[in-house]
Amino acid sequence: MLIKRPRPGDSARIQASEITPESAYVSRRELLGAALALGIGAAGMGFSLRADAATTPLKFSRNARLSLQEEPNSYEDITTYNNFYEFGTGKGDPVANSGKFKPTPWSVKVSGEAEITGTFTLEDVLKGHALEERVYRLRCVEAWSMVIPWIGIPLAAVLKRFKPTSNARYVAFETVHRPAEMPGQRSNVLKWPYVEGLRIDEAMHPLTILAVGLYGKTLPNQNGAPLRLIVPWKYGFKGIKSIVGIRFTEREPPTSWNISAPDEYGFYANVNPTVDHPRWSQARERQIGAGFLSARVPTQMFNGYEKEVAQLYRGMDLRRYY
Amino acid sequence: MMSPTLVRRIIKPAVFIACLLPLLWLVARAFEIGGGLGANPVEKIQDTLGQWGLRFLVITLAITPLRDWLNAPWLIMLRRMLGLFAFTYVLLHFLTWLLLDQGLYWSGILEDIAKRPFITIGFTALVLLIPLAITSTNKMMRRLGKRWKKLHRLIYPISLLAVWHYYWQVKADVREPLIYASIVAVLLGWRLWKTRRASTRAASQSAALARDA
Ligand code: HEM
Repeated sequence: MLIKRPRPGDSARIQASEITPESAYVSRRELLGAALALGIGAAGMGFSLRADAATTPLKFSRNARLSLQEEPNSYEDITTYNNFYEFGTGKGDPVANSGKFKPTPWSVKVSGEAEITGTFTLEDVLKGHALEERVYRLRCVEAWSMVIPWIGIPLAAVLKRFKPTSNARYVAFETVHRPAEMPGQRSNVLKWPYVEGLRIDEAMHPLTILAVGLYGKTLPNQNGAPLRLIVPWKYGFKGIKSIVGIRFTEREPPTSWNISAPDEYGFYANVNPTVDHPRWSQARERQIGAGFLSARVPTQMFNGYEKEVAQLYRGMDLRRYY
Repeated sequence: MMSPTLVRRIIKPAVFIACLLPLLWLVARAFEIGGGLGANPVEKIQDTLGQWGLRFLVITLAITPLRDWLNAPWLIMLRRMLGLFAFTYVLLHFLTWLLLDQGLYWSGILEDIAKRPFITIGFTALVLLIPLAITSTNKMMRRLGKRWKKLHRLIYPISLLAVWHYYWQVKADVREPLIYASIVAVLLGWRLWKTRRASTRAASQSAALARDA
């Protein structure tokens, strides 16, 4: 069971919609908005409606054991405040610019050190796996966090079906490259396509999932439709989106942010409050949705999953392998 | 030709109100008027104030060149007010960081100012702006005389620091900071070119004088 525990700022948020009947609330906003002739709010609503229209409900069951007992962020927050540079570098760009992106049909190319390789449809990749809901905190390297109810399957279960060989020490992932549908890919802010990777034991960890949905529905484009990675003890940029390639490798694969700024973003990118980003502190984070009068909260080692994952890094100098 | 009365009575108040609009926009949005501030309101407020602080700095820096290019001496009458708006927005940007983002968490604040180069640079720019704001009154202008102009040349390094602060803060997309950097480069480069030209002219004039004598 997900136990509701109020978070700072919740009371203000809940009250606003509970005291005011929704219709009155909306019309008041619309009136004021129209009076100011800004129209931007209305455009924003259009985007979220479109995102809703493109998603479909999923059948799943909640994995309470591996879920946080925290109230998730609103669907609106999760789908309008994103880092997905393929659609632009602003937080609002992904929801604004991802309307043309087509996540169906979809296929994934599996290659490298495995007995079974080839190109598989998304349906093939997911076949036989029961979808689970996992409520995880997403800690962005920019020192903010959100709680998100993902729908997905353990990555380990999928990878095992391809029978990785003993040479498979790492797994590399690749995002689709479609500049026509992804306007951000027409500029060189990062090297395209976006690539990420995990050590095989990280990939096989029960907390690591491939997500296909959130809040009970398929992923909206701006959140990485139709298939993305979630590694909850690592910074958000490890969670590569719109995956079209999975490759088993013997050597550590290159990763996009590390290529872009090697002194700032490492291969491991484990959430660690004691190792700062060179340009900002990682000791505390801003909780999205907590309201603008609430303070930052302390960041937890491995984003709160120290008990589950610390043994993966035993003996490693986490300052060096950041 | 623009009469000083027209500038003082109409143009200056109009510009004053225009300069307040970004602030009013933020306040309205904070009260959910015309939309909200998005999922991360603190960041939105801080970024908007920082952006406008930088814009007003650049606009202030552009006044003198524009006066020459457009032959519009009355523009100078707006310059001090624009500079004060730059200071106001930067100060609010800083206070947002101090109060809303850091929540007066002093150990983090002091560490950031000392250790994070982009914050150290921004802070230096803010500190350098303070004497300019304090000496922006007519009385101070009179009292300082020639030194006033010298002191207010601090705006040049301040603009460079501000652009640098912005450039260093972005994660990967440096396109916007580079646009600001080019504008500042043109505005400062023009001044350099003008003083160079003035001094070579003065030199050739005195050489001519010496020859004639
Ligand atoms: C002349 C002085 C300053 C100017 C013109 C300026 C301008 C800016 C600009 C344009 C940005 C980028 C906003 C964006 O991403 O859209 C920014 C970000 C930032 N500034 Fe400043 N700033 C100044 C001083 C300061 C000071 C004194 C501090 C704190 C001590 C500060 C702290 C920050 C921080 C923390 C950010 C990053 C905000 C974020 O994460 O979004 N700045 N500033």
